[in-house]
Amino acid sequence: MTTTPSGAAAGAPAIEIHDLHKSFGPVKALDGLELAVTHGQVAGFLGPNGAGKSTTIRVLLGLLRKDSGNVRLLGGDPWRDAVALHRRLAYVPGDVSLWPNLSGGEAIDYLTRLRGTVDKRRKAELLERFELDPTKKARTYSKGNRQKVALVAAFMAEVDLLVLDEPTSGLDPLMESVFMDYVREAKDRGTSVLLSSHILSEVEKVCDTVTIIRAGRSVESGTLDQLRHLTRSAVTTVVTGDPAGLAVLPGVHDVQTTTVEEGTRVTFDVDNADIGGVLTALSAMGVHSFTAAPPSLEELFMRHYGDELAQEEAAAKHAADAAEPGARSRAGAR
Amino acid sequence: MTTTLERPAPPAPAAPAARGGSTLTGTWSLIRFILRRDRVRLTVWTVLIVMFYAYFTAALGLMSDTPGALEARGALMETPAGIVMGGPGYGIDNYTVGASMANEGTVWMVLALSIMSILHVVRHTRAEEESSRSELVRAAVVGRHAPAVAAVVTLVLVNVVIALVSALAMTGAGGIDELPMADSLGMTVGVALSSIVFGAIALVLSQLSEHGRGATGLSLAVFGLAFAIQVAGNLREIPGGTTLSWFSPIAWAQQTRAFVDLRWWPMALSVVAILLLLWLAAILASRRDFGGGMIATRKGRADAKASLRGPFALAWTQQRMALLWSCLGLGLMWFATGTLIPDIGTMVGDLVSENPAMAALFGDDPSTFATGFLGVIVLYAVLCCAAYAIVMAARPKAEETAGRLEIALARPVSRGRWLGAQLSVATLGAVVLTAVSVYALWFGAVVVGESEPGFGPYSEVFLAQLPAVLVYLGFVAALFAWAPRLTGLGWALLGYTFFIGFFGPLIEDMPDAAHYLSPLYWVPEAFVEDFDGVAFVGLLAVAAVLYALAFVGFRRRDVVTT
Ligand SMILES: Nc1ncnc2c1ncn2[C@@H]1O[C@H](COP(=O)(O)OP(=O)(O)OP(=O)(O)O)[C@@H](O)[C@H]1O
Ligand SMILES: [Mg+2]
Repeated sequence: MTTTPSGAAAGAPAIEIHDLHKSFGPVKALDGLELAVTHGQVAGFLGPNGAGKSTTIRVLLGLLRKDSGNVRLLGGDPWRDAVALHRRLAYVPGDVSLWPNLSGGEAIDYLTRLRGTVDKRRKAELLERFELDPTKKARTYSKGNRQKVALVAAFMAEVDLLVLDEPTSGLDPLMESVFMDYVREAKDRGTSVLLSSHILSEVEKVCDTVTIIRAGRSVESGTLDQLRHLTRSAVTTVVTGDPAGLAVLPGVHDVQTTTVEEGTRVTFDVDNADIGGVLTALSAMGVHSFTAAPPSLEELFMRHYGDELAQEEAAAKHAADAAEPGARSRAGAR
Repeated sequence: MTTTLERPAPPAPAAPAARGGSTLTGTWSLIRFILRRDRVRLTVWTVLIVMFYAYFTAALGLMSDTPGALEARGALMETPAGIVMGGPGYGIDNYTVGASMANEGTVWMVLALSIMSILHVVRHTRAEEESSRSELVRAAVVGRHAPAVAAVVTLVLVNVVIALVSALAMTGAGGIDELPMADSLGMTVGVALSSIVFGAIALVLSQLSEHGRGATGLSLAVFGLAFAIQVAGNLREIPGGTTLSWFSPIAWAQQTRAFVDLRWWPMALSVVAILLLLWLAAILASRRDFGGGMIATRKGRADAKASLRGPFALAWTQQRMALLWSCLGLGLMWFATGTLIPDIGTMVGDLVSENPAMAALFGDDPSTFATGFLGVIVLYAVLCCAAYAIVMAARPKAEETAGRLEIALARPVSRGRWLGAQLSVATLGAVVLTAVSVYALWFGAVVVGESEPGFGPYSEVFLAQLPAVLVYLGFVAALFAWAPRLTGLGWALLGYTFFIGFFGPLIEDMPDAAHYLSPLYWVPEAFVEDFDGVAFVGLLAVAAVLYALAFVGFRRRDVVTT
């Protein structure tokens, strides 16, 4: 822990959630969620619609009351110490709604004054970078422009933590890159960031760690590299020997064979953890050619989102893996 | 290496109207959709309106059993106060149940039905367009004018049904000899047509204003204007009114002279007006963009005023316009009512001296009748203030569902501070409005030289009524904190109070406990009973407990969006 913003309890992570449960009547929105963000880290928070991202964030903001579990935010209790904690964080909701009788500029000033004073230079700079007209009345803004109002208000002051709930869902690619610049700027200052999203490229660009949740549980978490280790590689190889023994090896899936000039072309997926055994077996078969493609995050994402039963099971298995301390070291942030 | 997950494509743009389609394609399915969506709503309106017709008729029928009672009522309807509350006075010389029904009931039935029509039209056109729902509907195979036409068709349908059933109910309640079917229909159809005129006005205004609330407000303002024109016209000449009266769509229903000398042609004015308004709305609709209006929204400030600092300042900017308009509107109305007070006293005095039988109805002492009248007016005024309090106490809920509460609370603002700001501005507004109402009434009376009761008694009335108004505010605030879905119960309490206040005394065997629930039951009768310190403190304590409950509950619960 090298970057500890002033005022934060030393050593305490920016966000620490353990076994969080939250139900709305019969709907279990969160079901044993785990999440941790260290100081100065940008953490991606991924999950399909209805996975519980917004619910988690609202618990973190003290807007919702947890049913059970441990939640610490900047070393404090998000429900009890809400006001004190909110001085040190900024939040951008996914669906921004503004006061109908205020202009965008007024809304920004109002929100900023709730915490401190308005730095006019900073406001002018942000408005220019985000190409936002502050004189429009809130009702006449498009979704993206409403979101920009909330983003400008969030980036106005230096804070210890940025909580962003799908902040780019309404932005065009140009504005998205402006947004990324400001996230990086915040990170360079030592601000921790929790960034929820459906969009992988966004998360990949700026995040140090990623947590993937589904149906209110974390199914995967770690640095981007660690997550790739947990996943399968796609192998294409041509062997001269008989490849029949491959299919029974642990961690090998979807074996397909075709006869070609040089021998037999085999394609299969292999769990990266089991790749050693596969290589040993292959070398005994006489390898003519060999390619192994690392999984893109895309695949990783699709696997957790896909609806087929097999994938469900895989997700459950990985959730179990993720629960092992070794597979989930989060301290290794750069 | 990394591929980006495709964002979901936006819904395909509206297909050009399907083969043989027009701007009306899909109207029929929209009509069915509206009827299904609003089946409960429309049924409740229909039942309530029909019950009103039947109740009025039955009540007047009972009254006519007392000899001279209807005659006295007719005389009352000749006074300015009578004209304000009633109509052009056809048949007041020989006041029958039917004549009384048509003269006094028409304007109120038009009011009730017009509110229904305005809400219905705005709900299914502008408000729908404002939310993104209508965009989804339009993207399906639905023509440009279809939503508006569907709204109008269903509106006409509901009004026709109400008119027919109400006519049956009236004739049924009053007897076919007293209330012939043709005249009943003359009244109810005239009323329905006037109400459709206001629905059509709402449709035009929905094209002009970008927001549903704006369109509703403007339409209600037009109704207020029509009401005032009709009163001004009728005040100059009774019976029949003057040319001025005819400029009000309300008059087109009144001028059918139902139960006196029925004529149908004034309704033609309504029909022509409806067609013209629909034509105008169609022209406007073709010229504007989807979602756009004709009245451009003005630009705002780039920076907030220095005073916009903190939740209290924001709550004040949100509520001040509503407070200003309520004070102006209600203040003027009660002022005008105040100027009528002397007429009441004089009129009853004359009546009683001419006809001793009248004393049975109004009492011997004309001054007590004037104060009795005042008491009823105060009751109306306080109910209006309570309605204001209920609306303002429900503002936090609107902030919450819209998601604005969430952004505010994510800043360093405690829940107590936020709710405190909302409620203190609402309370301030309710106090000011109650004061304005009561003293406007007093001032109206003073202007025309009526110095009794004086400033002192009016101040007592103001003080005595105030805690009751705050009880409504606290009640809604507590509901918001503990059961936000049930904030609408505030209106139920108001409706209950109204019912108990006006009809309770007429119902025998009403258990005492039924009265206790009404906050106004505990308030001493205005200008008749003395100021009651215990009631004052008691009601204030109830209000305080409700406020405290609101703060406690709001601190404990989840903040919910949508
Ligand atoms: N106030 C509420 N009442 C009832 N159910 C709720 C409420 N809020 C959320 N839920 C449910 O909780 C689950 C999680 O919702 P949440 O909004 O946290 O999902 P999300 O991951 O943010 O999804 P999205 O990507 O669509 O924003 C959903 O099943 C949702 O329907
Ligand atoms: Mg969400």
